[in-house]
Amino acid sequence: MENAFGQPQTVVVLGGTSDIAEAIVAELCAARTRNVVVAGRNREALERAAASAQGAGATTTNVVVFDAAEPSNATDTIDACFAAIGAPVDLVIVAVGLLGDQFADEENPAAAAAIATVNYTWPVAALAALKPKMVQQGTGRILVITSVAGIRVRRGSYLYGSAKAGLDRHCEGMADALLGTGVSLQILRPGFVHTKMTKGMDAAPFSVDAERVATDTVAGLASSARVIYSPGIMKWLFAILRHLPAPLWRKINESR
Amino acid sequence: MRERLYGWGRTSPSFANVLTPDNDAAVLEALTTQRHVLARGLGRSYGDAAQAAGGVVLRNDAFTAMSPISEDGLVTVGSGVSIDDLIRVGMPLGWFVPVTPGTRQVSVGGAIAADVHGKNHHVDGSFGVHVREMRIATPIGIMTCTPHQNSDLFWATIGGMGLTGFILEATVQLLAINSDHVLVDTVKHNDLDGVMADMIAHDHNYRYSVSWVDCMTKGRSMGRGIITRGDHAPSAQGPLTPPSSAKITIRLDAPSGLLNPLSIRVFNELWFRKAPKKRDAEAQSIGTFFHPLDGVNDWNRLYGRRGFVQYQFAVPDAATETVRRAIETLSRSGVPSFLAVLKRFGDGNHGHLSFPTPGWTLALDLPVGPDGLPRVLDALDTLVLEAGGRVYLAKDARLDPSSFRAMYPRYEEFLAVKNAVDPQGVVTSDLARRLELMTK
Repeated sequence: MENAFGQPQTVVVLGGTSDIAEAIVAELCAARTRNVVVAGRNREALERAAASAQGAGATTTNVVVFDAAEPSNATDTIDACFAAIGAPVDLVIVAVGLLGDQFADEENPAAAAAIATVNYTWPVAALAALKPKMVQQGTGRILVITSVAGIRVRRGSYLYGSAKAGLDRHCEGMADALLGTGVSLQILRPGFVHTKMTKGMDAAPFSVDAERVATDTVAGLASSARVIYSPGIMKWLFAILRHLPAPLWRKINESR
Repeated sequence: MRERLYGWGRTSPSFANVLTPDNDAAVLEALTTQRHVLARGLGRSYGDAAQAAGGVVLRNDAFTAMSPISEDGLVTVGSGVSIDDLIRVGMPLGWFVPVTPGTRQVSVGGAIAADVHGKNHHVDGSFGVHVREMRIATPIGIMTCTPHQNSDLFWATIGGMGLTGFILEATVQLLAINSDHVLVDTVKHNDLDGVMADMIAHDHNYRYSVSWVDCMTKGRSMGRGIITRGDHAPSAQGPLTPPSSAKITIRLDAPSGLLNPLSIRVFNELWFRKAPKKRDAEAQSIGTFFHPLDGVNDWNRLYGRRGFVQYQFAVPDAATETVRRAIETLSRSGVPSFLAVLKRFGDGNHGHLSFPTPGWTLALDLPVGPDGLPRVLDALDTLVLEAGGRVYLAKDARLDPSSFRAMYPRYEEFLAVKNAVDPQGVVTSDLARRLELMTK
């Protein structure tokens, strides 16, 4: 059970090899988290993530393998994760994501659809499978990692950005649907984070590392903020950027 | 009905199906047909002890029967009868509750489950030792137990946080009094040493004793405090009048941060200055002396949306240094504590999970919000454990399973008794899950 400070004991990570998720789990394990399930595509990488959770303080870890390219597996995946925890699940982190290669994929229907599936369709299916299970528990949180890239979509990442935008708006509605159930949904909108996903890209202003995102996230879990920005300045920055005239927005992004 | 249930600290609510059974059979039916069941009284435990996420929570509100009080002060009451009810009925007849916590709004079932203590613990022990008999509905049936018959179940239930089943009724030994007033001596000390030395030297001369301690001042006056001690006045004119109910109700959550280091420091300064240096035999009403918290309804909302936690620990007599270091740790970390209450405990009882152990107990109200608070309290856990102490489960909302086990070494004995009456682990709570109390 989660304690008075929003510190969970049992955590399921969908997309468990994400650098951001791994950093969040490490922070949570330093507090109260002991039982962790990491779910994702690559068993070996998941085993490594599980080992790092153990290193951070987890005493029980399990691995569940699934492929987010295939939304039909969402129910089985969620069921397997809950079974592996074997107790009320305090926190589910939805961290699946695929950046893709905008310029290579934008005229390739299959690749473009794959980015939409991993970033939007699979998470939506998983959230649908999660909802009744969490509501049945009468307690628990869902943390969905979207991106500031979904607040104002850029020419240079619109495949990824639009899918994250869709997921983000989906979660806004679902958070309302969960009011009065004991379950809450929080959205994490990181800015540019230095991770293996963004390796080799030019960093945007106010870029941070995964550890910083983890610190901000844990603070956000404690305060139950509906939307968590990391770094916090992204909230104000994008409040302005989202309303910039399109030519100016293009101009800013040309340099990148 | 699906309902959000909080503890008094309003920190981590959860949803459960809430029923209000009004007879033994209905309680037994829930215990034998539902997967997870828990009894709940008036919801005054601070943390998650009276919640069971996703389960069935049985309120004891309808168990309000009360027998006539016998000549020697025995009364048999339904578990939903409150301390307030008992005082109202008992006082005009010259009977008082043997133990009362800082609020009268506690059900007898809850008082037993949390084995509550009051200002007289050093003389009279906790509520449980004044219970003569209980009837408890468990998943294997209704059991009667006393300190001599089914004594294991009796003591597992005293302080058992409701995890042995649903207490249906209890027979309690009341205390004879001759007045509705308490004669109170007040004395003020400018530092913690003075407070503690005075308590060691003089507490045994009084039935009731408690100290308010200022955790916000640093340096020499750290832990300055006010000791109030007293006993029931020897006689009164006319019939004894029970205390009246609260006149003020807080209807809205205060803004988070209303109780901050500055406002608390100002309050403490005024409170300390207002108290007399020394005053003897002041006649105070029962309500003023015992139940200062009952003056305002729903005062917990003053802590704002994020609520508050109470941290109460007990350490042996020899650990005066631990009390000092705990207050130092708090005062240094800048974590504000609105209310700090220091008391001396007398002997404990046979309850496996009963909290009181001989020595000191310090209770602190702490608003949730400061980033450092979780770690500060974890550090206090370590201090308390090193001193051979423990924290009070009825107040707890954040202890971890391994610390719990170290603090309550008899939990395995408790578990053996619980498993005998609840082999499927039906009776559970958010607290039990958080502390992994039912896992071997």
